[in-house]
Amino acid sequence: MNQILLKTTGLSLSFGGVTACDGIDFELAEGERLAIVGQNGAGKTTFVNICTGYLKPSAGQVFFDGEDITGLSPRKITRRGVARSFQIPQLFAEHTVRECLLIAASARRDNLGFFQSIDRSVDVVSVDETLKLVQLAERSHLQARLLPEGQRKLLDVAMALVLNPRLLIMDEATSGVSSEEKHGLMETLMQALSERNVTSIFVEHDFEIVERYATRIAAWIAGKIAADGPPKQVLEDPEVIRNVIGG
Amino acid sequence: MTTEMFILATLDGLSAAALLFMVALGLTLIFGVMGILNVAHGSLYAIGGYVAATLGLAIDKFGLSPALYLPALFLAAILIGPLLGGILEVGLLRRILGKDHVLQLLVTFAAFMILEDVQRLVWGTQPYFVSNVMTQFGNTDILGITYTNYQMIVIPVVAALAYYGLRYFLTKTWLGREVIAMTFHREVATAMGVNAKLVSLLTFVIGAGLGTLGGALASPSTALLPGVGADMIVQSFAVIAIAGLGQLGGAALAACLIGLSRSFAVYLMPELAVLTPYIIMVLVLLVRPEGLFAATSMRRI
Amino acid sequence: MFIRLVTVALIILTVIIAHSFPWLKTPVIFSLCNGLAVLGVIVLIRAGQVSFGHAMYSCAAGYTVVFLARAYQLDGLLLIGLATMVATAFSALLGLFIVRYRGIFFGMLNLAFSMVLYSIISKFTTVTGGTDGLSFSRPQLAGFILERDAFETALLYMVLACALICGLLAQRYFESAPGQALGAIKTNETRLEYLGISAKHVFWMGYLFSGFLAGLGGSLFAIAQGLVTPEAGYWVRSGEFVFIAILGGSGHAIGAYLGAFIFEFVRFYAAALLTGAWQITLGIVLIVIIFLAPEGLVGMLTRFRLPARR
Repeated sequence: MNQILLKTTGLSLSFGGVTACDGIDFELAEGERLAIVGQNGAGKTTFVNICTGYLKPSAGQVFFDGEDITGLSPRKITRRGVARSFQIPQLFAEHTVRECLLIAASARRDNLGFFQSIDRSVDVVSVDETLKLVQLAERSHLQARLLPEGQRKLLDVAMALVLNPRLLIMDEATSGVSSEEKHGLMETLMQALSERNVTSIFVEHDFEIVERYATRIAAWIAGKIAADGPPKQVLEDPEVIRNVIGG
Repeated sequence: MTTEMFILATLDGLSAAALLFMVALGLTLIFGVMGILNVAHGSLYAIGGYVAATLGLAIDKFGLSPALYLPALFLAAILIGPLLGGILEVGLLRRILGKDHVLQLLVTFAAFMILEDVQRLVWGTQPYFVSNVMTQFGNTDILGITYTNYQMIVIPVVAALAYYGLRYFLTKTWLGREVIAMTFHREVATAMGVNAKLVSLLTFVIGAGLGTLGGALASPSTALLPGVGADMIVQSFAVIAIAGLGQLGGAALAACLIGLSRSFAVYLMPELAVLTPYIIMVLVLLVRPEGLFAATSMRRI
Repeated sequence: MFIRLVTVALIILTVIIAHSFPWLKTPVIFSLCNGLAVLGVIVLIRAGQVSFGHAMYSCAAGYTVVFLARAYQLDGLLLIGLATMVATAFSALLGLFIVRYRGIFFGMLNLAFSMVLYSIISKFTTVTGGTDGLSFSRPQLAGFILERDAFETALLYMVLACALICGLLAQRYFESAPGQALGAIKTNETRLEYLGISAKHVFWMGYLFSGFLAGLGGSLFAIAQGLVTPEAGYWVRSGEFVFIAILGGSGHAIGAYLGAFIFEFVRFYAAALLTGAWQITLGIVLIVIIFLAPEGLVGMLTRFRLPARR
């Protein structure tokens, strides 16, 4: 039985009258590839935002690797081994693709050379590997703001990946990527993740992707987890079909 | 501190506050509507003062009636403010509207530099001190203190009139409401039919007028020499930073705060007098950077 | 690279001036000193922030030089070193508060602190000499007692060396991990936090460096002038630093010096030729640059590069 990496107990958050998160009890074990599905507004991103420190819950706790991380800042949570990518890619618009990754990689080192070129003070090998992985190697000298939408997404994921996290949370990583490339990309990503022993959560709307790559699916409906289990089981659940897939 | 000193300090403070408020009002109005911090506003203040002084001297030189002294001050302000302001707005600021805010500010800084030289070239470096208006209004005794009516009454009254006049304009007139619409969102206002160019020009002209009016009214009690503009702009800036950029009524309170703390400091520890506005500014910015009277609290990083 | 050519050309020009046109030594020294302070401002511009109070660090360094020189008759090199340390410590302290702010609040807070310093210096006349300033006699340099000409030449080379070294250090810093992270503050500070990097810490380190540069420039300036006045810390001086940063361009460290040279020489010649209308001239120059070349001279020089690379 693998170790429990992420755990929430009674996690709740309400905005005004809306309950975005309703007493979520949840556990994620190392090595799992969890897909979170649900309609817009069901609470998926809120859940992710709380787990990554962007929001504070009104009740409940979050544990990472046994440690209570409830209410910690995003920076502290990231340093503990949780990395995330965003629905709207968060890049350094004026830096080049490669520079974005170099900056991300620099987070892994505590002692940064002040007058030493960043190329020499970070793990350039892993940066270049990651560039190849997301197929951005040819565009590495392009300014991030010049990338088309799909590649901005990839860069966003790459920046999280290069942190060598234990848990990678991806928020709609392949939306905006063309359908021919989606599968190839997810295949490579997932391969890399399992090679590096990275547990992953991905918020997804594409059910083909979900079916193919997830080891487990959690379906969110109105702030609660309505179904949670192996893909086949969840995808055949009538509640899920009615409220998530059908809609 | 004796009662006399207390009264003197209070009167000094309120009079200074009234002048400072008028100038700051113009500055903050322009920022609120156009999003530009006009460094050259200080130059408008100085030039307003210089022109008023020049008119005063001319009145004496040509043996005209002393009754013209006060109107001359207003004339100076109303002529110069809108004129210079208009030139600045149309010639310069209108063309930098889309640009980075720092560049906008630097353009006004460049205008400030140019106008500093203009002042020096036109009026020289000798101080101008034309105080006829002040003597004209005489003094009043209050509880053992003799104070000039001009500083005690005329200035605060004009400042109050200016403020309430502006408020009336902004809230009760059609054009004024368009100005307010622009402060909220320029593009939306334009989409709803507000003539942005006209409104901007008008706002700037009013703001500039307030600046020159402040300078003109200050000229009887302040010596005009190179540097007064620079001094006034940084003080006005302190006022609006403390009040909150774009806060009109708040600027009055901030001006009082600064004026009174300065005047009391003069009597208690003179070296601190110049210091107090900026210490207050530091404290306010550290604790509530959006200003004391801003509506919403700014989320600091 | 084109910029390297420009740098070498400037150095050669400086040396020629030192030996052929001795009356130009002073403006050159002043240019380089200002350039150092402006380089400090440029460091912060890289983070997308503009300080309107950086003259306070050059001013603080300058007054430290004067106080120490009058009290202890120290060697010039020691004065420079100590004064720069004081300015750096000052910026480290203020930085703790200031780096929490961004945009206009950052600019205003720097302004406010600088005006506090300015007011203290102008008013506590007995200690600081007030608006007249304080002067001191020419110190030894590295143990040598030098006559005025030799002193100026030695100072020129010293300032040139400092400017060159600091320029190289600054460029290195821009290319380094903390420097790149500093640049990221401008575009997406939140993402830095999500990478586990403390933006405040990165910014503080940049602020420290900028305070050091302004302090170094200020101490050298004080030594060159033999006099410090409160004007050295006035808001107009801080504004001039920002002016020069935009004029020269913040894309590369050389921009600080290019801008400073142009500023100083226009001032020098306008003072002589245009009955002192140097502010009008410079004002017009600034306006023209903002409209036609907002990235400054450096921007113009590097316009020939591909748009992909910054």
